[in-house]
Amino acid sequence: MQQFVTVTLNGLTLAALYFVVASGFTLIFGLMRVVNMAHGSLYLLGGYIALEIQTRWFTSDSGLGLSLSGKSDAEYSVFAWLIPLVLATLIIGVIGVVLQQVFLRWNQGQDLRQALITIALSVILADQMLAYFGGISKDIAAPSAWPTSITLPGEVRFGFFRGVVVLSAAVLIGLGLYLIIKRTRFGKIVRAGVDDREMVSALGINVNRVFIGMFFLGALLAGIGGVLGGTMISLAPGQDTAFLLNSLIVVIIGGMGSLGGAAIGALALGLVDAYADVYLVFGDLDLTNYSIIVTFALLVGVLAFRPLGLYGRPA
Amino acid sequence: MLEVTGLNAYYGTAHVLQDVSLTLGAEPVALIGRNGMGKSTLCKALSGVLGPGNRVTGSVRLEGEELGGKPAHRIAKAGIGYVPQGRRLFQSLTVDEHLLIVGARRDDAWTPERVYELFPRLAERKHVSGTSLSGGEQEMLSIGRALLTNPKVLVMDEPSEGLAPTVVETLIETIKDLAAAGMGLLVVEQNLGVATSLAERVVVMVSGSVATETTSQDLLSDPEQQKRFLGVEPLAEAA
Repeated sequence: MQQFVTVTLNGLTLAALYFVVASGFTLIFGLMRVVNMAHGSLYLLGGYIALEIQTRWFTSDSGLGLSLSGKSDAEYSVFAWLIPLVLATLIIGVIGVVLQQVFLRWNQGQDLRQALITIALSVILADQMLAYFGGISKDIAAPSAWPTSITLPGEVRFGFFRGVVVLSAAVLIGLGLYLIIKRTRFGKIVRAGVDDREMVSALGINVNRVFIGMFFLGALLAGIGGVLGGTMISLAPGQDTAFLLNSLIVVIIGGMGSLGGAAIGALALGLVDAYADVYLVFGDLDLTNYSIIVTFALLVGVLAFRPLGLYGRPA
Repeated sequence: MLEVTGLNAYYGTAHVLQDVSLTLGAEPVALIGRNGMGKSTLCKALSGVLGPGNRVTGSVRLEGEELGGKPAHRIAKAGIGYVPQGRRLFQSLTVDEHLLIVGARRDDAWTPERVYELFPRLAERKHVSGTSLSGGEQEMLSIGRALLTNPKVLVMDEPSEGLAPTVVETLIETIKDLAAAGMGLLVVEQNLGVATSLAERVVVMVSGSVATETTSQDLLSDPEQQKRFLGVEPLAEAA
């Protein structure tokens, strides 16, 4: 029972992280029909930038944050985590806007070109990050004042950052996005743009500016995800493609362009991931190495019955 | 007010609008023609919503300002409003949201409040999804939305399509009122009866060009013309 609760919590927190990253991906796709294959790179870069800021500004014993030996002795205040989070997130938002304006704006409606351009960018970014940040897995330090774990009813111990910070961040972000999309004029224009972009411009609205806003927001979410993920799990080469793949799965399950769909898709993926990692043992037969297959079985199952995803609509 | 000279439009390599010229004052003008003659394309070309990859050349001047080939939002800001065929409402927006996104300022001639005054039916259904309205209400919303851009000229593509006769009468009244208030209206109309009752001037399109311009009286009294330009049985005989 304890194990089940822990595994479920693991699934939920993974789902929370997937949701944060995939919501940006799905919003960008919904409005602009751009499949941003560099979304995972923005995630990883966001994490690395935060780590860089944290080690440069907030680490006194320049111990280079090599986390193989566990935590270094350095003390981190809450600001030593929050300031890198905010700065890295904003920087990634701006990078997203630059990416859209410089590379994608000229290729509107050309899906294949945009996909290829963003794949190319992700390959270049991956190599540059490997060159600059190295191939060893690193992590961003959470504030030292925060407890490492909390004890839940039933004597279940669970990581504080994972269970409290990441989960509540995802809930807050989900709520915030919902309010932005539902209540603000920007959000209303975005929804109208998802329905009929051309008609939005025929009302005198500069859609390009809305695109800039959306790419900023979408990239920003990848950046937040990177910092959360870099603190919760770690930062390493390959995380970029892993999170791109996760985002793709999440939005394919949930339906491209749907925020609610991203939440459901993230939950499904997170829980299936977590359960398959632990419960795929049948007597002597240990299939946990093949847990990824369950993920794709989930994908196949959803697509067989809802080809556009659970909340998808025809483009 | 609106002066179109030598307007050409291409869908890819297909030359759809050929050298269209027409002028429009503060009056309603009906644009008629058979299917596929380029009426909708003309509306789209004027509003800048021909879609990516399609070209427009030639001149569209609104009170002297050149708008030909400008992006749609510039054209709308400059004063050409667009009421598209099939209304093209946003399915995820409520009535009120349709009007809010346009971003009209309080001191503009048209505000959401004024649209609600013009179409009280819409005010009653503020928080209903735009696409769950009746056909007539949808048309009102599509017009109201375009009015909020504070247009000098309103381009309307088949506004009466699919509407009940009594609703069409109200629509004709609205169009005439707007013209009386100083707006230019270019109205595509398939129905000869509606076209002739809403406008004095009637522009006829054939094969992507303006074939001729005539008046309602002339057109009504000349069954031969009706047959030639519209391919319909003359109105008198049909009735």
